[in-house]
Amino acid sequence: MISIGIDIGSVCAKAAAYDGKNMYLFMQPTGWNLKKTGEELYRKILEISGGYETDVVGIVGTGYGRVSIPFATKKVTEITCHAKGAVYLNPTTRTIIDVGGQDSKAISIDDKGNVLDFIMNDKCAAGTGRFLQVMAHVLEVEVDELEHLAAQSAPRDINSMCAVFAESEVISLLAAGATKESIASGILHSISNKIAHIANRIKIRDSVFFTGGVSKNEQIRTILEKKLKCTIYTHENAQFAGAVGAALLGYEVRS
Amino acid sequence: MADYRELWQKLGMDLEKHDALCEALPQLYGGVYLSQENRPEGMNYYNFVVSEVHGLRIKELDDHKTQGGKVVGTFCIFVPDELILAAGAIGVGLCAGSQFWIEDGEKVLPRNICPLVKAFTGAKLSGTCPYFQSCDMIIGETTCDAKKKAWEILDEYVDTYVMDLPQMKREKDYKKWAEEIYDLKDRLEKLTGNAITEEKLHESIKLCNQKRKVLQRLYNARKALNVPISGKDALLISQIAFYDNPERFIEMTNKLCDELEERIEKGISVNKEGDKRILISGTPMAVPNWKIHHIIETSGAVVVAEETCTGTRYFENLVDETPTTMDGMIKALADRYLKINCACFTPNKGREEDIIRLAKEYKADGVIYNSLQFCHTYNIEYTKVEKALKEAGIPVLFIESDYSNDDVGQIKTRVEAFLEMIG
Repeated sequence: MISIGIDIGSVCAKAAAYDGKNMYLFMQPTGWNLKKTGEELYRKILEISGGYETDVVGIVGTGYGRVSIPFATKKVTEITCHAKGAVYLNPTTRTIIDVGGQDSKAISIDDKGNVLDFIMNDKCAAGTGRFLQVMAHVLEVEVDELEHLAAQSAPRDINSMCAVFAESEVISLLAAGATKESIASGILHSISNKIAHIANRIKIRDSVFFTGGVSKNEQIRTILEKKLKCTIYTHENAQFAGAVGAALLGYEVRS
Repeated sequence: MADYRELWQKLGMDLEKHDALCEALPQLYGGVYLSQENRPEGMNYYNFVVSEVHGLRIKELDDHKTQGGKVVGTFCIFVPDELILAAGAIGVGLCAGSQFWIEDGEKVLPRNICPLVKAFTGAKLSGTCPYFQSCDMIIGETTCDAKKKAWEILDEYVDTYVMDLPQMKREKDYKKWAEEIYDLKDRLEKLTGNAITEEKLHESIKLCNQKRKVLQRLYNARKALNVPISGKDALLISQIAFYDNPERFIEMTNKLCDELEERIEKGISVNKEGDKRILISGTPMAVPNWKIHHIIETSGAVVVAEETCTGTRYFENLVDETPTTMDGMIKALADRYLKINCACFTPNKGREEDIIRLAKEYKADGVIYNSLQFCHTYNIEYTKVEKALKEAGIPVLFIESDYSNDDVGQIKTRVEAFLEMIG
């Protein structure tokens, strides 16, 4: 008996397979053809899990691309899936901060991984991975390099909350002779401010668990800890929380 | 629809631009409304009204004008329709719910204000709304800063009269509002050349109460566990109430209610088992703003009531019909209208109580608080409402949005997550 969770995000597509004991994971870039991506993920994760198609008891789709998985037996939002996945990855989790490619959210949950309350960003990109992408582009570096650059300098203030205005602000700072390092540091502080703003709108309870692609950035996690005055945990597979939750939900329904 | 181009030309409309506006509506209406299953038969009347939205009713307004009558536009449920009718004029609620008008509105207004204000300004500036074009005068009010300042700009295009709405509910505010209503009476008499007599005013008070009663009847039907009508359809009926001929609207809506009550008895409903019941609370939804209802009702839920200006605030509380003197009737009008709990008042505890009461009356599983972008009063008031609802154990989701479609995906995710949460 295998349950499969597929989480198609704006940047990365994640899959998880759960057989009641082991959790198998796989990830690839989302690309432009969501339907094809979904099918590829399904084949890959089944192969990785070593299971057969006849073993599959449920396929749960989540993420913004959940509507593009026609073969999914169920579609569940990433908010509900993250809650389940986060408790699996870190059982003491009561608050989730999830920052993905195009949205960020804070979710308050109970010990069973049920959602008690949540808050999600509006259509603005300021507190999301997209913000880092835009800024990295201006600095002509890769998103992954921002952290390394930022570690070498104190931050320059970037005050604009809007990604578009912040881009102009960064260009002005470069023109005024600011170093890439200080700007990179400013960028990480700026996105952390916006994430903290969202997190502060719900009641933060321990433990706080950081998920989504942006959770891989250690510096953002550290800045957030200072701003929110709490310890923030993450996990090497935190980016898979949605897919893991989806796989668990599919398994729960059947068992 | 018959050919109304000549009529539109006479109204000074931009025909080419208007064609573009008209082109979008059938597809939008088809997708949101005609795709629904198991609609009541009685909705055919409202389908017809929508198909003739810029035609038949405009012709009626034109006929009225040809006979020397006046048409008066309004934007807010605080403006008493009774006086407009008593002056022998036709009142139309100007809708301003389309993204189409935003671009023209932004020619003279800042971008970061409410879409409703930008849309009605754009509708006038672009000459694409035949209702607006038919108006001899519009009546504004001081419910928010954006409207207050927009009237000054609109006045350059159309005769604009502004009522000063008090923002507190003390004894002296009731008196002041009665004075404002008296001033409006004078202004309408001057515009139409007709005297507003005690007899005429009493008649129109009764007529407007009839309209309120039929809307109350419609909403009562939605309290049934087997909801006989979708939230989208009920919203459309409320929206049409603002510009349809009142007598005909009352007749047709009563007929629909007969059918709805029959459906309740027979157990015919639009909701499926397990569908969540949602109460909407917040800012008005003007035609063709069906965005939030459509998202909710395609996500496994049914909207059972709206605590909005295009919902309960429009028809709750009747005007006392006992007084027959002018002073008595004006006071009765002031008393009824000032009871409306709009976020422009401070304090506004009554609105929190209304939402909790309505959530119980309509057996709502949750409240979706919907505010137009940049509507400061409703946006800020959410903090108090959220606290009150949470204390009452009623789940609530906040959505701030405008008329554009670019956030539909994100809103759908939030609505679905909310439904999963309360499930």
